[in-house]
Amino acid sequence: MSQFWINMLFVGASFALYFGIAYWARAGSTKEFYVAGGGVHPITNGMATAADWMSAASFISMAGIIASGGYATSAYLMGWTGGYVLLAMLLAPYLRKFGKFTVPDFIGDRFYSRGARLVAVICLILICVTYVIGQMSGAGVAFSRFLEVSNSAGIWIAAGVVFVYAVFGGMKGITYTQVAQYIVLIIAYTIPAVFIAMQLTGNPIPALGLFGTHVESGLPLLDKLDTVVRDLGFQDFTADVGNKWNMALFTLSLMIGTAGLPHVIIRFFTVPKVADARWSAGWTLIFIALLYLTAPAVGAMARLNLLDTIYPEGPKAEAIRFEERPNWMKTWEETGLITWEDKNGDSRVQLYNDTNADFAPVAAERGWKGNELVVNNDIIVLANPEIANLPGWVVGLIAAGGIAAALSTAAGLLLAISAAISHDLIKNIINPKISEKSEMLAARLSMTGAILLATWLGLNPPGFAAQVVALAFGIAAASLFPALMMGIFSKRVNSKGAVAGMVVGLITTLVYIFLYLGWFFIPGTASFANTPENWLFGISPLAFGAVGAVINFAVAYAVSLATEAPPQAIQDLVESVRTPKGAGAALDH
Amino acid sequence: MADAEKENAAAYWKANVRLITWSLVVWAFVSYGCAIFLRPLLSGIAVGGADLGFWFGTQGSILAFLAIIFFYAWKMNKLDKEFGVEE
Repeated sequence: MSQFWINMLFVGASFALYFGIAYWARAGSTKEFYVAGGGVHPITNGMATAADWMSAASFISMAGIIASGGYATSAYLMGWTGGYVLLAMLLAPYLRKFGKFTVPDFIGDRFYSRGARLVAVICLILICVTYVIGQMSGAGVAFSRFLEVSNSAGIWIAAGVVFVYAVFGGMKGITYTQVAQYIVLIIAYTIPAVFIAMQLTGNPIPALGLFGTHVESGLPLLDKLDTVVRDLGFQDFTADVGNKWNMALFTLSLMIGTAGLPHVIIRFFTVPKVADARWSAGWTLIFIALLYLTAPAVGAMARLNLLDTIYPEGPKAEAIRFEERPNWMKTWEETGLITWEDKNGDSRVQLYNDTNADFAPVAAERGWKGNELVVNNDIIVLANPEIANLPGWVVGLIAAGGIAAALSTAAGLLLAISAAISHDLIKNIINPKISEKSEMLAARLSMTGAILLATWLGLNPPGFAAQVVALAFGIAAASLFPALMMGIFSKRVNSKGAVAGMVVGLITTLVYIFLYLGWFFIPGTASFANTPENWLFGISPLAFGAVGAVINFAVAYAVSLATEAPPQAIQDLVESVRTPKGAGAALDH
Repeated sequence: MADAEKENAAAYWKANVRLITWSLVVWAFVSYGCAIFLRPLLSGIAVGGADLGFWFGTQGSILAFLAIIFFYAWKMNKLDKEFGVEE
């Protein structure tokens, strides 16, 4: 059977599974549509949340980012997991007790203000729309590479599949397909990693192999990798970073941003009890850790494998001849993700760091005239099975896994967007008298609209699509997280304070990002070059979310203390979300 | 709400905030401490071809986060019963 048909089989079988689940889990009420009826087991929810959270970027790009960035990229690993500690202790249990459907629901009720609800809806839509574009284009890449369709056809297929289970099933359909998608993606991620860890270190557990011994050389794996990359002028994989302050702030921004992502928060509205919300956060992190503990091993091992392919006799000997390159390089050249240019005319493939001035004399001595091979980070995971010569079915599995990761996150984001429109805008702001049946229809129509918008943006990605980390995490950290936390932990913060805090936090963060990355991300409009010497106190635009959060807290407290205390009913509401007792009753509103 | 009930709720919340504070101290120590700022201090401790700080950055802090969340969930669910505020 050809590779194409193997891929078709794996992807087709996974789709059949998702459709089957969608039919079984149709939503019959708004409560089922928004929060899956509120009866999801904490372990089931943990698995669904893990799939909801782990996006195309986590699955496809993260290991590649680690492979090229080394230790410095620990900020991603810690930031994207440490946020769950904040979520578990500072938000999830109380928001579950509050027992409503959306994130703006809590902000609107707690701050007794339509304005606050509206600001929250705007932040939510900015976050989720930015985030969903990456999922659509990720699905497009996976489809076009593995199923030999065009990128845009891939995006349309992805939209069609999500449409089937998200429009009919709502949160209920999404929850159970996410569980299936988690299983598909974790198997797909783990199997090639286990093979490669076995080949390189003899240890079947990649996370242990990373700190194990490289079988061929007898050296510790990380020592071996450091030596190889050093011989090619790159920085050591384990090298420490100079600007620790910025790394810490970046990690903190990712953590706070993660805890403030609406599509993750609403997943905790689906469990039966407050105690379940606490456990469920733990289960979520277990399921995420299974991938995140493997990712650095995949990154390090794939980089070593790649360099070993290019320099079969070691980095001090000659590189391979271009015509002798392995087949996987030829297939990936067609996608443009690998490019080779014979700069010194010796028809060999030199891969090295040509930006390192200290290494330039070595390169000159060896007759190298610049780095000749450009490998896109995303290839590390997608081509991993081929680089390691694994059987064809593993490649099919990776195809299904990449698509599962993109679809599960896209569906969660689309639900957050559509619930904000049908529940917060239509039911709570525009027409409070809307009937249950009409709200359900509005929810389905909003979902359809959101899918069409995401598809269109996936086909015509705007400049900000590449700025998910800055934009989505920055806004979540600077606007939603502080408002939610103050709503629970302070009885004194009032509507004026919360609105002022969110608006000022949002605007300062956006302005700081725009100063360095271009106003509204229009190329060439940046006020300063995005280099460390220009950054305020050495804080990169990606790390500014945490500063935005601090500004939000400060402004909200200052304004609240200068104005009147919230009404007694609101203070009672805060009391009530703080204790689990009576959560069941709260849900039936 | 009766006064006794109010006092109980306040004591429960105080216990929760205290638990959260200590959990966050550990959370910050493993990530911002061991994995970032204290890495040079810990560089003498070798872990399989790298150092302890590198291990905390790639694996140790994630494992610690898991321990913190499960400890918090267990402890809070116990506190819920002690204060009689469970569902």
